[in-house]
Amino acid sequence: MSLPTVAFVLGLLIIPLAVTSMAWQKIIIIACIFAFLALSFDFLAHFVGIVCLGGAFFTGVGGYISGLLNSAFGLPLVITIPIATIGGAVICTLFLLPCLPMRGIYFAIVSLMYPLLFARVIQALNIFGGTDGLPGLATFPNIWVELYLILPLILLLTFGLRRLVNEDFGMVLRAIKDNDQAVKASNINITWFKMKAVFLAAAIGCFSGAYLAHLYGWVGLSLFALDFSIFPIAATVVGGVGTLVGPVIGALILTLFSEMLREFGPLRVVFYSLILAGLVILNTGGLVPYLQRKYHQFERWTEI
Amino acid sequence: MNKDVILQVKGVSKSFGGVKAINHVSFDLLKGQILGIIGPNGSGKTTLVNLITGFVKADSGLIFSEGKKLIGLPPYKIAGLGIVRTFQIPRPYHSLSAMKNLVVPLYSSRIVRTIGGKLGDRDTVALDILEEVGFERDAHIPYKHASAFPEGFLKRLELARCLALRPHVIIMDELFSGLSVSEITAMIPIIEKLQMNGMTLIMVEHRVRELFQLAHRVMVMNFGEKIAEDVPDEIIKSEIVKQAYMGVT
Repeated sequence: MSLPTVAFVLGLLIIPLAVTSMAWQKIIIIACIFAFLALSFDFLAHFVGIVCLGGAFFTGVGGYISGLLNSAFGLPLVITIPIATIGGAVICTLFLLPCLPMRGIYFAIVSLMYPLLFARVIQALNIFGGTDGLPGLATFPNIWVELYLILPLILLLTFGLRRLVNEDFGMVLRAIKDNDQAVKASNINITWFKMKAVFLAAAIGCFSGAYLAHLYGWVGLSLFALDFSIFPIAATVVGGVGTLVGPVIGALILTLFSEMLREFGPLRVVFYSLILAGLVILNTGGLVPYLQRKYHQFERWTEI
Repeated sequence: MNKDVILQVKGVSKSFGGVKAINHVSFDLLKGQILGIIGPNGSGKTTLVNLITGFVKADSGLIFSEGKKLIGLPPYKIAGLGIVRTFQIPRPYHSLSAMKNLVVPLYSSRIVRTIGGKLGDRDTVALDILEEVGFERDAHIPYKHASAFPEGFLKRLELARCLALRPHVIIMDELFSGLSVSEITAMIPIIEKLQMNGMTLIMVEHRVRELFQLAHRVMVMNFGEKIAEDVPDEIIKSEIVKQAYMGVT
């Protein structure tokens, strides 16, 4: 393992020990949730060419499935979370299936519409607890379980996805992004491959939702909040598109940063927006690509 | 139906709005032959390729390959039957190296189904195919991103993508366009070798001289209609072809 990899792995595992208060540990957990969503966004956007704003859709579906199983059938969270991850991903994929032939902004619009639609349906029909949501769900035994369930999973996913996109299967996905017509001409059913990719991304998102549901012990309409769709994009931009490690680091930085700006009260959003706008306008390419360049410059540096 | 006919096109038509891009075109492609298709710009050559390979749906007519109806099948299924095409404007996967470009067709269900476990490492097979179309194995070109390639190599990569699918029929949509004379000269032996190995080819071309060297039969199109089909020597003499090309009467 190279030095940056070791630093990333150790850094991520040590963060919770380094901060003192439980409030900050909770913030790290929220950052991890966003890191999951950012990973899923980066994977779809950069390696499959699907700009998916369905983060809120995934968390909502995952959260509600997990919540319903827990409150209606009393299933423990070790069962509800896996079911919500797989089942939610199936549901999300089925809903996104009709728009898979679409590319770019069109897919983005449809995937952004679903969370709005689902939230309104729950509100209007007053099902699944309506606007009050479902309270009193099972929660994790303590904060260390919460932390050390999600942190290793982030590592697993980051490196797992990175391996996947360099495997032959990943090559097909990247080829679909580069030129879907040529992939069609190569006897490959692109809808089937896109579906698998969306399923994977949706599973990551649904896991986040299910995890959130048991973290708060409550599911509500806020699981469909558009933050879950938009924030991952910001994190990806900050961390570096297409690096997979970047979005994770971006999510951590942005969440911690947004907490630190809390003292500024309402001005927080202003600072936040200014920094984001600056990053986009300056076209920095993200933090991780920048660090990678610097690292490779110094790695071969020898004293003469 | 003749047993040697590998592809049969019967009265195919296609209109885009009011324009008849292809009007009742029929031809038979014999196994192991090279059929050249020529015609002025806009005569419907590329549309015909798109119709055969399923990228455009025909309005009417029939296309058969070895008893199977091709019309209505999606492009990837037609490629799965071994009828593959190159694109006029090369469509490489820019962010992948040349070698990895070929991993995609090698991952296809056609290859998995026919060769499957015996295929071995896709990267190695990919290098073999690249060598076949004139990439030097030991040079670093196969490892470079396709976005850095000159046109000549992109065209070879197009051909390599087809070969990776182990096809029966390759339809080359203007493989020589945009290439220098020396690049074309280097490509001709590759095509001759394919033909000698029993491959059936359709070559849509503007480079008439090179095409007439290679092709067994040539079909001429104008305004979406087939105006002639014969051996190359007869086509050169044909008055109707001169008329279409030069406008002389």
